[in-house]
Formats: sequence, C-alpha cells, structure tokens
Amino acid sequence: MEAHTITADTPSSAAAVDAPELWRQFAPDLAGRSVLFSELIPGGGHWSYVLPRGTTLRIAVLEDGANLSAVLYSAREKLERYNMPDSLKAQHTAHYTRGHVLMSDMGRALASITADSLGWHDPFGLLLDDARMAEKYGEQRYQAFRNGMFRSGRTGLLIEIGKYGLGKRDLIAPVNFFSKVTVDDEGRFAYVPGHAKAGDFVDLRFDMEVILAFSSAPHPLDPTPTYSPKRVGLALWRSGPAPADDYCRAFRPENARALHNSDMLYLA
Amino acid sequence: MTASAIRIRESSLDPATAVIDHTVPAGEPYLLRVQRGQTLRIVDLEGNQAVDVIFYNADDPAEHYSATETLLRQGGIYLTTGSVLYSDEAHPMLTIVADTCGRHDTLGGACAAESNTVRYALQKKFMHSCRDNYLIALQEADVGLGKRDLVPNVNFFMNVPVTADGQLTFADGVSAPGKYVELRAEMDILMLVSNCPQLNNPCNAYNPTPARFLVWNPV
Repeated sequence: MEAHTITADTPSSAAAVDAPELWRQFAPDLAGRSVLFSELIPGGGHWSYVLPRGTTLRIAVLEDGANLSAVLYSAREKLERYNMPDSLKAQHTAHYTRGHVLMSDMGRALASITADSLGWHDPFGLLLDDARMAEKYGEQRYQAFRNGMFRSGRTGLLIEIGKYGLGKRDLIAPVNFFSKVTVDDEGRFAYVPGHAKAGDFVDLRFDMEVILAFSSAPHPLDPTPTYSPKRVGLALWRSGPAPADDYCRAFRPENARALHNSDMLYLA
Repeated sequence: MTASAIRIRESSLDPATAVIDHTVPAGEPYLLRVQRGQTLRIVDLEGNQAVDVIFYNADDPAEHYSATETLLRQGGIYLTTGSVLYSDEAHPMLTIVADTCGRHDTLGGACAAESNTVRYALQKKFMHSCRDNYLIALQEADVGLGKRDLVPNVNFFMNVPVTADGQLTFADGVSAPGKYVELRAEMDILMLVSNCPQLNNPCNAYNPTPARFLVWNPV
C-alpha cells in the first residue's frame, strides 16, 4: 500500500487563514500579552462569540461616535443572563465605567470592566429597531444597496442570539458601550453627542464562560440625521480570572460578592 | 408623551362597581387576566409598598412589557399619568389614566435570593423574594411562561431617581396610605405581581404591607 504524501495543495501554514493581527492597528499596547484573536467590526455589523472565563476583550473605538449594543448570556446555562436592574441597583449606578461589574440574574459577575478611557457607558438598554431606523433615516435595503444596507441593533442582536437557540423573548436590555445618556430631575433622557472619540476603549474581562452578542448600529437617541454607524475593533487576550486584589472586587462589596459567586462556579 | 414629570390625576371610578376587588397580602404573588378596555387600579393600602409587576399579552405571552421600549418612546424613566407601557413588539399594552402617587420606577427590577446575596450578604439567600413569587406563580399557572420571561418589571409606588452624574439612588417613597395608580388595558393582559417582601432596604419601609387590586369594565 502506497504511503500518503503531503502535496503542495495541502494547507500547511498559518498564512492559509486570513486572520491578520489586526489588533496591532488599534491596540498596540497589547503587544506582550497573549492576544488570541482580533476583529474589525464594520458600522452596523453584528457578531457573537463564546468566550471563556479569564479572557479579556478590548473594545476599541475606530471612528468618533461609535456605539456597541452588547448582550451577555452564560454559555453554560443560557437562562442565566445579564440583568440590567440587578446590575444597576447593586452598584447604585446609572452608568458603567472601570470597576463596574455586569451581573447576571443569578447574582454572578458575567464580566467586569477592568479598563476604560471614557468613564461612561450607557446601561439603559435602549435599542434601535427597524421601524425607528426607517422613520429616522429612510430605507436602504439589500436589493439596491447590497451590504451597504441599513442594519438595526435589534435585528443584529436577534440574528446573533438566534444562533444559540435564543429568541425574541430572550432579547435582554443591552449595554450601549461608548454612548452616554443622562437623566434630568424630571426623569428625561439627554443623549450626549460627541462622547466617544477614535482611540477610546474599554476592557471587558469575562468572569464566567459567556455568549457575547453585539451590534455596532447607532444608539436610538443619536441625533445624527444620516445612518452612519461607526467601526469598532476587538481583541481578545488571556488575562486570567480576577485576582484576589482585583480592582473590580475592591470597587464595592457588592462586586466582591458577585465575583465570589462566579468563582464558586469554577471550583475545579 | 415626552415629559416624565409628576402628573397627579384622581379617578372617578367607584370601588362599589368594580368587577374584581382583591387584596394581595404582604409578600405574596398574584396572577390576573385583564381584558382590553378594562381599567385596573392598584392601591398602596398602607403606604410605601413596592408592587412589582410584569405584563404579558394574554393571547401570546411571549410578548411582554418592555422597560426599554417604554422608556425610549416616552423619552424618560419615570411612569405617571399619561405614560403608555409598551411591549417588546412596540405595541401599547396599558395606559396610566390616573395616578395619585405620581412616580413609579422602571429601573430597580425585582429582588431575588441571588441578588440579595450580592446586595446585602451571602447569608441572605434564604429570605423570601419577588423572583421566588414570580417563579411559583408561573409554575402553578403552567401557561408556558418561565424564568426567561422575567424581564425588567415596573415597581409601582417606588421612587428610584437617577442623578445628573449617573448615580442610581433609592429615595424616600413618594407614596402614602391609600395612594393608587390606574391603568387602562390596551390589549388582553396577563398581569404577574409580586407584592414585594424585601426586608433589607427601605423600599417597603421595612414593613411589607397588603396591596389592593380593582378592575372595572369599560363604561
């Protein structure tokens, strides 16, 4: 019997996969860390990942005015998911920045914000849907515009969570990274234009294995009259889980307990 | 409706003509069907009692009250007279037609054994909670609703202001004995209630009390 030989047609090098080190363009300070992958998200794009505990995602603004609507579910038990009210009331906050923890409805830290150049990310969960998008910007559909079509945040998130068997009922209030919405004494929202600038970033450490789904469609309160979603860069590296002297653990006693509850899931 | 200021309005409906008049004891759940066109009144009998409510479309319970859709459409966070509660499908579910309290919370959510471990102490986990009420009511009703449907709820009679610098505060209650809120159902509604049993913070003035539910047919 003739032995098999490797031919020139057999893929043999990493270069056969188009996975360039994109992070070097937008997060060069990660050199020396073990970057696992990186990605450029086009404006209005959507994607999702299953990400292990002990990794950290750098999310970088590549163009002024970016927004990233993100939802998180436990990969192990998808009924456990990010819970906006539980996270806000536990930390007595209506914005997110370094030190804050995104908590699940089961009292655990799904992810922690370990670095942040901005100081404010919007937790109110407002999401652009197709009807509002059409009313605000007009229609731009695939047949005429191909991949220049308008994409809404709600549609993007529904597509992504659908990949894991999750449906409309499971679509939770997202975190709108890079957006800022304030509330006045009467309770009214005010969207703060010009908040995120190219070069801004946030680091999100995963304290559990999570499904992260996101859309880079505009924030629904963004007053920009044309549909002009902005690009975002992503880079994941192996950071290790929260150490004992972690900044987020020490930020509030509530956060220490939520991280403790997550640690109790990973005893092995 | 864009402003979220306090708008007090009294109702002329007479409790003697209500078709349902039910008092939910402190700390207990309640599941009630309300027909389109009916008016529902929730009464804070003894004052400063958080009544945690989620609304579902009775014909398709996968459609639920959406805090984010409601907030986006009214442009602010508090509910009062004139506020329309929207579903995740952007359909109007209920309209607040009278309100003698003036402010109701949309952001504080419902307490749970698990969130109590985070907010207070790990050893608080065996105390009764709204999430337990929700779960047992849905288990017993067996109508195809479960934990995934426990979305951010309305906290009637609770005051949870957001400050200009982005802090969430738990202010003294604006409610008092006998204050009520009245809602007209814009579709057939399944209402899931937890009369909040939280004892670890002042949301119920450390003394959970009963709440009264009245329903009137359209005149």
